[in-house]
Amino acid sequence: MFTEIPQLIIGAVDLAAAFLFLYGLKRMSSPVTAPSGIFVAGLGMLVAILASFLYIFSVDAAAKPHLSVNIGLAAIALIVGGGAAWWSGKRVAMTAMPQMVALYNGMGGGAAGAIAAVELFGNKAQGATQLVVTLLGALIGAVSLSGSLIAWAKLDGVINKPLRVWGQQAFNGAVMLVTLAVGGYIIYVAQSGVDPLIPMPQLITLFFGCALVFGILMTLPIGGADMPVVISIYNACTGLAVGLEGFVLQNPALMIAGMVVGAAGLLLTLLMAKAMNRSVSNVIFTNFGSIPKHKQGDIKGSLKPTEAGDAGIFMRYASKVIIVPGYGLAVAQGQQKLYEFVKLLQAAGVEVKFAIHPVAGRMPGQMDVLLAEAGVPYDLIFQLEDINDDFASADVSLVIGANDVVNPAARDDKSSPIFGMPILNADKAKKVYVVKRGEGKGYADIVNALFYADNCEMVYGDAQAVLVKMIEAIRGLGLSAAA
Amino acid sequence: MQFQIAITGFIALYLFMLAAFGGWVIIGRVPAILHTPLMSGSNFVHGIVVVGGIFALLNASTVQEQAIGFFAVLLGAGNAAGGYAVTDRMLAMFQVSGQKPVHAKAHHAKIHRPKKA
Repeated sequence: MFTEIPQLIIGAVDLAAAFLFLYGLKRMSSPVTAPSGIFVAGLGMLVAILASFLYIFSVDAAAKPHLSVNIGLAAIALIVGGGAAWWSGKRVAMTAMPQMVALYNGMGGGAAGAIAAVELFGNKAQGATQLVVTLLGALIGAVSLSGSLIAWAKLDGVINKPLRVWGQQAFNGAVMLVTLAVGGYIIYVAQSGVDPLIPMPQLITLFFGCALVFGILMTLPIGGADMPVVISIYNACTGLAVGLEGFVLQNPALMIAGMVVGAAGLLLTLLMAKAMNRSVSNVIFTNFGSIPKHKQGDIKGSLKPTEAGDAGIFMRYASKVIIVPGYGLAVAQGQQKLYEFVKLLQAAGVEVKFAIHPVAGRMPGQMDVLLAEAGVPYDLIFQLEDINDDFASADVSLVIGANDVVNPAARDDKSSPIFGMPILNADKAKKVYVVKRGEGKGYADIVNALFYADNCEMVYGDAQAVLVKMIEAIRGLGLSAAA
Repeated sequence: MQFQIAITGFIALYLFMLAAFGGWVIIGRVPAILHTPLMSGSNFVHGIVVVGGIFALLNASTVQEQAIGFFAVLLGAGNAAGGYAVTDRMLAMFQVSGQKPVHAKAHHAKIHRPKKA
């Protein structure tokens, strides 16, 4: 009886937590209900963590003498780990969000791997199924940990260039095979009872070592532009690893939460890959830069530079303006100025909309968050499929810090590496202004035909500085216009 | 009565299948504008791994197990707390036209429901 009541409470609380997670995620389907959604999920997490301390009533006999120490360790780990992450999460800049998510995700993968390690080193897994699942969770968790850390380093600029060596794919494949072989050998030894060639603890260490190395090697050659897909994949991987370890620990809350996240991560990964017109395996196993260059000499027209002030005043007298922001805007920290400019236009009676490409920013939806941070209401923000037909009726499309996502070559030029990628039809507007730092190319390293089009003019300069000039130009027209 | 749960064989596969399907359907409804908070939010949800870490640590009987278990709880707690903090901050920023302007959002993020350490 004494051990049953805590078990009943844990079971009930975990069930409630699993429900709250699902309900919370469901509430995320609208910006209106989403904040309460995360709160609901947070509540589930909180009660699940508190209830987990009731496990003290049913610990293994061997662990009884260490119980008070273990409780202390758990409390310290919760406070230190949770406190540090909370503190950093409250302070991180919105532009740094992708690397932060990668980091937290790596932590989850590491935790799943560590749970598997406790089970393996303590020889706690019972039977072949348990052992296989534990090893699988360990493998995925460890790959997710080291891979996420590399993704973090790349997004944070610690590692700048993709590392590519000849024969890399074959070598990575070999490391994976070795990892699987070691795992298989561990299962064989545990099941048949034969003496292993090297002692079991070393075997397990070798297994984890290989998995961690594989995660690093797999992520190193992937370029910065593909990182959104990579973070998404690792998010799914961590979810999967958590679900598998949940099975090993016989904890249905972990199983459900892990699998839900695994499915969510997979869905997001596929959406991202589709928006980039590439398959997931293409992102992981080939590199954008390695696609053979095609000739680009056949673009007609010329680049036509114009002054920021003139462009600003032109938009002031337009009736409909669609803005296409890209990551270059965030790099220049120009979102606040952009919204200030938009408010001036709106005050002058101009209809203004934002058009967001699915891969704008460094992770799915990041541009939406950056605009929201600057105070832009979300009813002005439109996604590609909802706004693409609007460009034809717009007087001006203003492209700021975006490049490949408005390249008409994706529509027309079969030989272009981005052919088939869904793009924003910015070129269909009567007039196009492109704000750009210089004449450089985008991530895809291809010339943008839009810039040479007859209806397109280039405004060179830092996005923020250009917007300041536009704002001044409109204000200069007098109070009646600036309102 | 016995409350010990035993999830074995096909029961586990059914559970996984239904959870994956549920996740797919629920997430498929989330609009693209919320994809970043969704990713960090689902990232937060797998922070539940910390519960497994606590279980492993409480059952640790050697120094090695204690060390790895400590590591598991530390990382899991970081995953959960960090994921919650960033998701909550981002979601507080989304607002409709005509709502209280720019400054409200900065404070909004700070008015905080108490949460675990």
